[in-house]
Amino acid sequence: MTYSKLASASAIVLAATTLSTTAKADDLTLCWAAWDPANALVELSKEFEAESGHTMNFEFVPWPNFADRMLNELNSGGKLCDLLIGDSQWIGGGAENGHYVQLNEFFDAESISMDDFAPATVYAYSTWPKGTPNYYALPAMGDANGWFYRKDWFDDPEIQAAYKDATGQDLREPESQKELLQIAQFFQGREIDGKTVYGAAIFTERGSEGITMGVTGALYPWGFKYENTPGSYDMEGAVNSPEAVEALEFYKEFYKTATPPGYTNSYMGESLDAFKSGQVAMAMNWFAFFPGLYADPNTGGDKIDFFVNPPQNVAGSTLGGQGISVVSYSEKQDAALEYIKWFAQPAVQAKWWELGGYSAHNSVLQDPGFVDSAPFAGDFLLAMNDVQDFWQEPAYAELLLAMQKRIHDYVVADQGTAQEALDLLIEDWTETFQDEGKL
Amino acid sequence: MSDRTVDRVAQATPVRVARKIRGLSDRAIAWIFISPTIFLLLAINIFPLIWTIQLSFTNFKANRIGREVKDVGFRNYERILTDSDTWLNMQATAHFLFWTIFFQVLIGFTLAWLLNKKFRGNDLWTTIIVLPMMLSPAVVGNFWKFLYQPQIGLFNYIVSWFTGKDPSSFEMLGSVQLAPWAIVIVDTWMWTPFVMLICLAGLRSIPDYIYEAAEVDRASKLRQFFTITIPMVLPFLMLAVLFRGIENFKMFDLVVQLTGGGPGSTTELTSINLKREAFEKWRTGYASAYAIILFVTVFGLASIYVKALNKVKQR
Repeated sequence: MTYSKLASASAIVLAATTLSTTAKADDLTLCWAAWDPANALVELSKEFEAESGHTMNFEFVPWPNFADRMLNELNSGGKLCDLLIGDSQWIGGGAENGHYVQLNEFFDAESISMDDFAPATVYAYSTWPKGTPNYYALPAMGDANGWFYRKDWFDDPEIQAAYKDATGQDLREPESQKELLQIAQFFQGREIDGKTVYGAAIFTERGSEGITMGVTGALYPWGFKYENTPGSYDMEGAVNSPEAVEALEFYKEFYKTATPPGYTNSYMGESLDAFKSGQVAMAMNWFAFFPGLYADPNTGGDKIDFFVNPPQNVAGSTLGGQGISVVSYSEKQDAALEYIKWFAQPAVQAKWWELGGYSAHNSVLQDPGFVDSAPFAGDFLLAMNDVQDFWQEPAYAELLLAMQKRIHDYVVADQGTAQEALDLLIEDWTETFQDEGKL
Repeated sequence: MSDRTVDRVAQATPVRVARKIRGLSDRAIAWIFISPTIFLLLAINIFPLIWTIQLSFTNFKANRIGREVKDVGFRNYERILTDSDTWLNMQATAHFLFWTIFFQVLIGFTLAWLLNKKFRGNDLWTTIIVLPMMLSPAVVGNFWKFLYQPQIGLFNYIVSWFTGKDPSSFEMLGSVQLAPWAIVIVDTWMWTPFVMLICLAGLRSIPDYIYEAAEVDRASKLRQFFTITIPMVLPFLMLAVLFRGIENFKMFDLVVQLTGGGPGSTTELTSINLKREAFEKWRTGYASAYAIILFVTVFGLASIYVKALNKVKQR
């Protein structure tokens, strides 16, 4: 009798639990760019599915169309994405236009502390207005623009001797932007293994954000600032400072004298292709690609090594990376928040790094074994110490396209001078901020 | 039985409906038939046009729905027309329009004239020649990008073979001087067959007896060409020019695939700029004014052209 009552009660509890789990189980869609880390996230999310009972679907869009596709989705109040790993520059628009759910209350309720994440990533990926404790995303994927090179070529005694003859210096990982150019120029047009190779692949893409992300890799080390005083939108003398002009001239010289022919509209994909096909000695790209490059059977392993964007007047790297946000138009916000809670756990973050994602969690980054956990881990930490990001204003797309045009006009199309390009950029940006009512 | 339209319609419809129709005038029935079309036309063409005109006088941004929309008068128009970049885009578009039409008419007519001669394999050659226009512009853009690649591109190697220049010494898509011509070449390659087909239809519509009469009058082949062939094909040619002109004025996909508007803004045609303003920068009011300016330009030019075409037809 007792057994039968116990069995009945157990059956009821089991049924109730099953029913409640079934009722809560949701189909969540996470939207992101289609690239290597996205595949790692799919793998990682299987654990979440097993733990929560929710099903994860993924919408990955190739980088050149990512912003267009996702911003259109947000602007039209689309319900495709419950979770969005959006670019850092979208945070202003996401917050001000009501696309992202503010996460402060949720973080407080679930004891998720932003102090557990690298400060640079919290500032860049999560806060709006910048630097205030208003959070619209959890740092998901730390990233910066870095460099990789053909270690086997750099280690070749004949090439080393030739470099010494040509420059009087040792061939090594560059320690300044000017040394970077010198090395790239040395390799430009050189015969290696019976093949003509070139200096470096850099970003020159016109349509989306490519050349801006590339040129800021030179501008930041020269000390470029967007404003004289942060938040003042006072750009005259900052954006077009003598240092900025010099950096822009440097980038043009780099493009003209040390890149492969035909790389007039190249971004991430072209940079990877140039390196993997053995065309270039060095290439710039996002750290996110480094695990894949290291694993490449032809040009990875012993043949590759990595370095942080070299300093010039100061240290500086272009920020990449993204935070994960809950889309306010989603009808499954509770399940989406559950995912964020799960993702914020130190154990999940450790697994995320292990699979090829760049965790921004302090428990991962400050682990004593982190620096030696991958050949690029130390450089990643260095880069994240000195990252700088583009405007994150709601009108960021307008600001970005203006910069794309002015920089491409000068660097690739040879129009005007660096000073004129930056002066015109200030005019464009001033007009945008006036339209926004900020000036 | 009466032969009125209303009766014919009534006969062809079910009895209950027919009774109702018999009470209507011809004019009323005509309205009933055309009203769905008129409704669709109003909904799809006229309403958006009026709305666009209205938006063009505001600072509206479609991605900022909650933001206050201000009436800015003619400021958007003034900004567009005084912006030197607008005129550079117009120049790039004019260059593209003029040269694509020039080459397509020249080559298209020549091919049509050759194909109009009776020879073996005529149909096969016609089919081969029209293949490019059957491809998707995205596909054409991508494979021409490879053809123009300075290191491995076939185009550069062919030029190098004829000129002796190093293939990687020039960049068709990366050079400010060459990129405008690169897009002209691709569009010409793709759309010349279209012009050729229209010209071929024109050539085949000329009755043989006209040439026979000219032969009897001992007119030379050259004279026959200029006094019979050209005047009789001219309306067809002008129609082809109109079609290609309108199409190329709004050219977008092919050029975006090839150059993305670069290098710099060298190949940024008006349609590319319009798309950037409207759907990347989200300056909806500004983009609406831009669209209206383009609409007026195309409409004005097309009207003048159609009048000229009608005059040629009446001759």
